[in-house]
Amino acid sequence: MAPVLELRGITKRFPGVLANDHISLTLEEGEIHALLGENGAGKTTLMNILYGLYRPDEGEIYVRGQRAEIRQPNDAIALGIGMVHQHFMLVPVFTVAENVMLGVESVRAGIFLDQEDAVRRIRQISEQYGLGVDPYAYIKTLPVGIQQRVEIIKLLYRQADILILDEPTAVLTPQEVEELFKILRALSSQGKSIIFITHKLKEVMAIADRITVLRNGRVVGTTTPAQTSEEQLAAMMVGREVLLRVEKRPAQPGEPVLRVENLQVYDDRGNLAVRGVSFEVRAGEVVGVAGVQGNGQTELVQALTGLRPAAGGRIFILDKDVTTASPRAILERGVAHVPEDRQKDGLVLSFPVADNLVLNTYYLPPFAQRGVLDREVILATAERRVREFDVRTPSVLTPVSSLSGGNQQKVIVAREFSRPIRLLIASQPTRGLDVGSIEYIHRRIIEKRDEGCAVLLVSPELDEVMNLSDRIAVMYEGQIQAILPAETATKEEIGLLMAGVRKEEVRATAG
Amino acid sequence: MSTPWQAVGARAGVSIRRARTYGFVFLAAGLSIFLLFAWGLPAGQTTTFVLHPGGASQAIPIPDLTLPSQTTLYILALLCVFLGGWQLARGFRRVNLVLSLIAGAFVIAFLTWAASGKSFNLTGLLNSALLRAVPIALAGLSGVLCERCAVINIAIEGMMLTGAFVAALMGSVAANVWKWPAPASLTFGLVSALMAGALLGLLLAVLAVRFKVDQIIAGTAINILATGITSFLSARILAEFQYLNNPGIFRPISLPLFSKIPIIGPVVFEQNILVYVMFVLLAAVHIMLFYTRWGLRTRAVGEHPRAADTLGVNVFRTRYINVTLGGMVAGLAGAFLILGSVGRFDELMTAGKGFIGLAAMIFGKWTPFGAFGAALIFGFADALQTKLAILAVPIPSQFLLMAPYLVTMIVLAGVIGEAIPPAADGQPYEKQ
Repeated sequence: MAPVLELRGITKRFPGVLANDHISLTLEEGEIHALLGENGAGKTTLMNILYGLYRPDEGEIYVRGQRAEIRQPNDAIALGIGMVHQHFMLVPVFTVAENVMLGVESVRAGIFLDQEDAVRRIRQISEQYGLGVDPYAYIKTLPVGIQQRVEIIKLLYRQADILILDEPTAVLTPQEVEELFKILRALSSQGKSIIFITHKLKEVMAIADRITVLRNGRVVGTTTPAQTSEEQLAAMMVGREVLLRVEKRPAQPGEPVLRVENLQVYDDRGNLAVRGVSFEVRAGEVVGVAGVQGNGQTELVQALTGLRPAAGGRIFILDKDVTTASPRAILERGVAHVPEDRQKDGLVLSFPVADNLVLNTYYLPPFAQRGVLDREVILATAERRVREFDVRTPSVLTPVSSLSGGNQQKVIVAREFSRPIRLLIASQPTRGLDVGSIEYIHRRIIEKRDEGCAVLLVSPELDEVMNLSDRIAVMYEGQIQAILPAETATKEEIGLLMAGVRKEEVRATAG
Repeated sequence: MSTPWQAVGARAGVSIRRARTYGFVFLAAGLSIFLLFAWGLPAGQTTTFVLHPGGASQAIPIPDLTLPSQTTLYILALLCVFLGGWQLARGFRRVNLVLSLIAGAFVIAFLTWAASGKSFNLTGLLNSALLRAVPIALAGLSGVLCERCAVINIAIEGMMLTGAFVAALMGSVAANVWKWPAPASLTFGLVSALMAGALLGLLLAVLAVRFKVDQIIAGTAINILATGITSFLSARILAEFQYLNNPGIFRPISLPLFSKIPIIGPVVFEQNILVYVMFVLLAAVHIMLFYTRWGLRTRAVGEHPRAADTLGVNVFRTRYINVTLGGMVAGLAGAFLILGSVGRFDELMTAGKGFIGLAAMIFGKWTPFGAFGAALIFGFADALQTKLAILAVPIPSQFLLMAPYLVTMIVLAGVIGEAIPPAADGQPYEKQ
C-alpha cells in the first residue's frame, strides 16, 4: 500500500540560503513521524511547503499515491493535511466553536451561522479522542494546553488525517506534554498520521515511531527510537559528538551575593507580576528559576538588573541595597546580565561585533581615555575575545545582525564573562540555540560558578534548569512556590509546582 | 479581611475606588441640581414641556406636561442624593444603569430650570437630536465596517464631504438640467454619492492593503484630497451656477400607525427615507457582523488575520470588500447632509462629523448600535445647545455649549469603561 504522504526531492532556495536540499520523506498511515533538527535545519520550511504557504523550487508531493499540487492552505486542507502552528492561530475573543468553524462555517438559510451544529460535531470529536474541550468557552480564558487541543480539533473538524505539529511542546508544562502525548497516541491508534517537528531529543524518543533528522536542509538519516539513542541523535543533528549532560562537581556555596526580600514588581499593564519574592544566591552556586513563561520571571530579572522599578521589597547585592540603583551602578557592582531577548536587549544589531563586545565597559580605561574611545584597544580586545569564545564571524567589524543566533549569544557571553563579575543573571541563555551552542554555553556557566561567581539562571526549559542548577526555585503567578535542592528534586515534582499545585499537595501526591 | 468598601465594590464587580467615586459623583449631581438650579428659583413658577410637535403631525395629541419647577427640582435632587447615599452605603449591582439614570435626572433638571416660567417643546428637541445623530451614526457605522476587519478609516470625514458634494451636484443635474421628477433625481444624487464614497473606500483599501501605507497617513491624505477638490469645484461650479447646488430634499414620510404613537411617533416615524435607511442599515450590519459567515470572517480578519489566512479566509479580499462598503456608508452620511437635511452644499460642511462618528464608534465599542447610542448623545448635546439659545437662558452661551458635552464625557467615561479595539486594528497584513 502506498504511504499516506510522500515527499520526493523537495528543494527550496531563499536568497543566499538553500533551506531544503532534495528532501525526501515518507509518512505511513497511523504513524508518528518525528522531524528532528536544529533551528535553521529546514524543518519549518519543509512543512510550510507541505501546507501550501511556500512553493517548492523542485520536487514532488504525493498524497495517498496521487501527485498533489499544493498552492495554498486551502489545497492542503482539501487533501486532508492540517497544521498546528508553533504560535497558535486562534482568535482570543472567539469561542472554541467559532474558532473551529471559521472558514468551514455551518450555516442555516445560506448565510446565518449555525453554532449548535458546530458544537455538536466538536463534542463528538472531543469525545472520540478524549480531548475534553468545552465548545462554548472563550479562547482567552483557556490554558495553553487546552488551546493546543482546540488547534487539533480544528484539524479533525476539517477531516484532516495528516497532522503536522510544529514544535508543539515549546509552550507546555511537563504534565501538559504528557497529556499531549496521550492524545497523539489516541489519534495515531485511530489511523491519523502525524508529523511531529521538534528539536527536543527526549520527546522524540518518547513519542516517535520513526525519526528523520535534518541538518542544513538535508536529510541526515531516518531511524527509530529502538535503534538509536539521544547521544546518537544529537550527533546526527549537529554533525559531531555532543555532551548532553554538563559535567559538574558539587557546588561549594560561599557568602550570599544576591539577597532579595519580598520583592514586588509591576508588569507593563500595571498588574503585579512579581508578588513578594524572597531568596538568596550565594557565591559558587547556581540557582535556577523554573516556571512556565509569563509567570513573572521576566519582570523579576528586569527588577534585579535595574531595568524596571521595584514596587516593593528590597534587593541587596553584596550587602549593599541596590533596590533603586541604576543599571550601570548594578553592573559596576559586578553583575553580568544575559538578557532573555538577545536581539532586543542584549545587542545593538547594526553595530559591529567589536562595539557590541564593549557595550558596558566602553567608557572605562583601557577602552576610553579621557572620554575618547581608543579604537585600537577595542579592536585588539575584540580579536582576542572572538578567538577565546569561538565566535564564528567573518571579522570583528561585521555587524552582529548578520551572525547566527548561537554566535550572537556567544558575543553576549564573551562581553559579560570577560570582566570580573560576582553575580551572573542569565535569562534563557540558550533560547533558540542548537545543541552544540547549548553545550558550550552551559559549560561556560558552570566554569563561572566554579570560579566563585553566584549564578541566577532563569529558563522555561526544565531540563536546562535541572541540569545546571544546585537549587531550583519554581515560580508560579509571580510567587516562588518552593526552592528545592537540585539533586533530590524530580521532574514530576517541579512540573506540578510549575502548574500551580502547592508544595504540601505535591509532597502528598508524591509520597 | 473585608471592609464595607470591598463589599460595595464586589457587588458591582468594580474596584473599591471606582465604586466609591460613583457614589460621590451621584451625590455631587444631587447637590448641583439643588445649588445650581433649585436655589433662587422663584416659588410657584411652572415649567411646561410640550409633547406634541404641532403642525401636520399625525401623532395622537396628548396634553402638555406642566410641572411645578422648584418641587420637580427638589425631587430630582433628592433622588440623586438618595441614590448616591445608597451607592456609598450598600452599592448597586448595576451601577452603570444608575449612572445613566443620574445623568438623565441631571439633564431633566437642567431643562426644568432653563424652561422655568416658559414652555419648551420636548418632541422638537428629540426630533432635532435624532436628525443630528444620523450623519454621526452613519459615520460611526462606516468606521465599524472598516475597523472590524482591522483597517483604520480616518478618511470618513473626507468621504462624507465628497459624498455630500456629489449628492448636491448630481442631484441638481438630474433635477434642474435633465428635469427628472423629484424622487428620481434625489435617488440619482443618492446613488452617485454612494458610488463616490465606495470609490474613496476602494482607494483607501488599495493604499492600506495593497501598498501597506500607514493607514492614518493614507486616511489623512484622502481627507486633504477631498477637502481640496470639493472646495475647488464648489467655488468653480456650485458658486457660479446656483441651479447646480439645489437638488431638493427627501420629504418626511409618516409611517402609518407608528406615527400615531405619542412622542415616539413624531420623533422616529415622521422622518425622511434616509433616516429609515439608517435604522435598517444598523440592524442589517449588526446581524451580519454577529450572526453570519461574512461577519465571523470579518471579525476574525480584524482580530487575527494570520489565523484566518491559514484557514483559507482571504484576508485581502475581506478588507477590500469591507472598506469599500464602509466608504459607501460614509458617502451615505454625506448624502444625508444634503438630501436629508440642508438641501445645498457648503464648503467644509461636514465640520468634523466624520471624526465625531469615529469617536462614537469607539464609545460604542465597535458595534453598530453602540455607535448609534453614542451618536444620539452627541446629537442630543448638539440639539440642546441650539434650543437653549432660543430660550435665552441667563448663562453665557459658551457654557451652554460646553455643559452638554461635559455631561456626555462623564457618562461615556463612566458607563463605557475601557474600550478594546480589534486586536489587529491598523496593521497591514503580510503574506508569509
